Amino acid sequence: MEAFVKPGEKNRLKERPERPAKEELQPRVVTTPDGQEITVEPLKDYYCEAPPKVHPPAYFKIVEDLFNWARAESIWILGFGTGCGAIEMRPLMTPRFDAYRYGIQWRPTPRQANLFVISGYLSVKTLKRAIRSYEQMQNPKYVVGLGSCTINGGMYWDSYNTIKRLDRYLPVDLYITGCMPRPEALLAGFLELKKIIKAGKGEGANRYAENFAWYKANQKQVIHDWDMPDYSW
Amino acid sequence: MTFEWMKIPFALLTLFIVVNYGLLLTALMQKIAARVGGRHGIPIYQNYIDLLKNYALRSAITHGFMFYLGPVFRLTGGVGLLLFVPIIYGSPMFSNMSFAGDLILALYFIFFGSLGMALGAGESGHPYSAIGVTRGLSQVTMAELPLALAVFAVAVQYQTLSITEIVAAQQGGFLHWTLFTNPLAVIAAMLSFLGSMMRPPFDVVLAPQEIPIGPPTEYHSAYLALMQTNRVIFPIAKIVIFMNLFFGGASNWPVFFVKVFAIYMVSVLVGVVFPRFRVEQSIRWFMVWAVPIGIAAILIV
Repeated sequence: MEAFVKPGEKNRLKERPERPAKEELQPRVVTTPDGQEITVEPLKDYYCEAPPKVHPPAYFKIVEDLFNWARAESIWILGFGTGCGAIEMRPLMTPRFDAYRYGIQWRPTPRQANLFVISGYLSVKTLKRAIRSYEQMQNPKYVVGLGSCTINGGMYWDSYNTIKRLDRYLPVDLYITGCMPRPEALLAGFLELKKIIKAGKGEGANRYAENFAWYKANQKQVIHDWDMPDYSW
Repeated sequence: MTFEWMKIPFALLTLFIVVNYGLLLTALMQKIAARVGGRHGIPIYQNYIDLLKNYALRSAITHGFMFYLGPVFRLTGGVGLLLFVPIIYGSPMFSNMSFAGDLILALYFIFFGSLGMALGAGESGHPYSAIGVTRGLSQVTMAELPLALAVFAVAVQYQTLSITEIVAAQQGGFLHWTLFTNPLAVIAAMLSFLGSMMRPPFDVVLAPQEIPIGPPTEYHSAYLALMQTNRVIFPIAKIVIFMNLFFGGASNWPVFFVKVFAIYMVSVLVGVVFPRFRVEQSIRWFMVWAVPIGIAAILIV
């Protein structure tokens, strides 16, 4: 049974005993070539600890409207196949569907992408990577859940290592239903997402920053070996 | 030689025209490549929207000073290259800041951006950036060699290092172009041109499938937008050099647009036809095909 905390509610569930961090993540003393001894703390040295900030929209509404239009017309998807729905994304690039004509492109790195498509079932193991990838994307960023798995677990309702509702872990802007949705449904979903962004409602990154404690509590409930920083910008 | 202040607004106007032409031209080239694959491709104005969106992103994390300076150096390479060559032959307004020895400076500017990019991408600390930079620098260094040989051949042929004088020597009918007076140099230079245009036979630097996007892996928002701006200026600036050295230059803007389009198309045509080289293959290819032609060009001048 999947455990989670409701918004604004204290975490009543039993705290799990903390596991010791992996050996390569534990602080260690290293001797430099010139004989100096320095302490290396991988989790502090390699990652930033600052929590996410809320980024307000531009001061003038007309400017923000222009920016939102640009964001809607230039959607860059993070090419990270998280589930079986990743298969359905490929035909979108091919001549038959050709998503590029809508300004939709695939980027291979989270830094440059502004749309994260969770394509289908999300195992706990993948969730861990999905969270890190999402946090590395730049604000404003959007999440689309694809297929029934992201909505209610779908055929993995009873699974012990698959999450059931995506929006408990990441701020979802739009769900596309089906198992699996066809490429046409995906295209329709992307066009719907454009309307959401143009209306200025695509503020998932700010929602994530506002309810950061709640999202982290939920994420830590399912990810048992949490050997990563709480936020990796 | 006195400096005329009126050159500054005209240089900025040149830059404005080239940026807009570059944004439309690169989109058109992507559209052509898409049509070859049976797709519609992006809208012709897509590059403007992508640029605006990247400048409009709200957050931008940084990895240090060189991370900031990388895209700036890259853009300096493109803009500097454009501003120090005569764009329109015979026009006092659009000859920009060209001077007597500008060919050497142009060669330097072609390489300058890659070096700045290497420093910036190196600071980002991402392993993919490091791999991309290593591949990029090896390939660019190798592709520069035939270009340098061809440029020296041309400089020896016309006995000058001034691009303006080289263009002047090619006037009076297309048979006076270096293309016909020194074809070996032009062939060597065009082979080198393929290597630096980031089109398929030589685009392993960006290799989107194996090393996601290469050097710019960590670049985003305004940094990426700066690099996108350079990506539309730099190819055109480089084509202007090629046009001036080998294809008779341009005496007005329409001729400029047509010639730039035609030279750009060479790399696009090769790109849609041929698959991708690995780095060691491309280096060998330059060594075997381009460098001997370049040496021959110098020898027969």
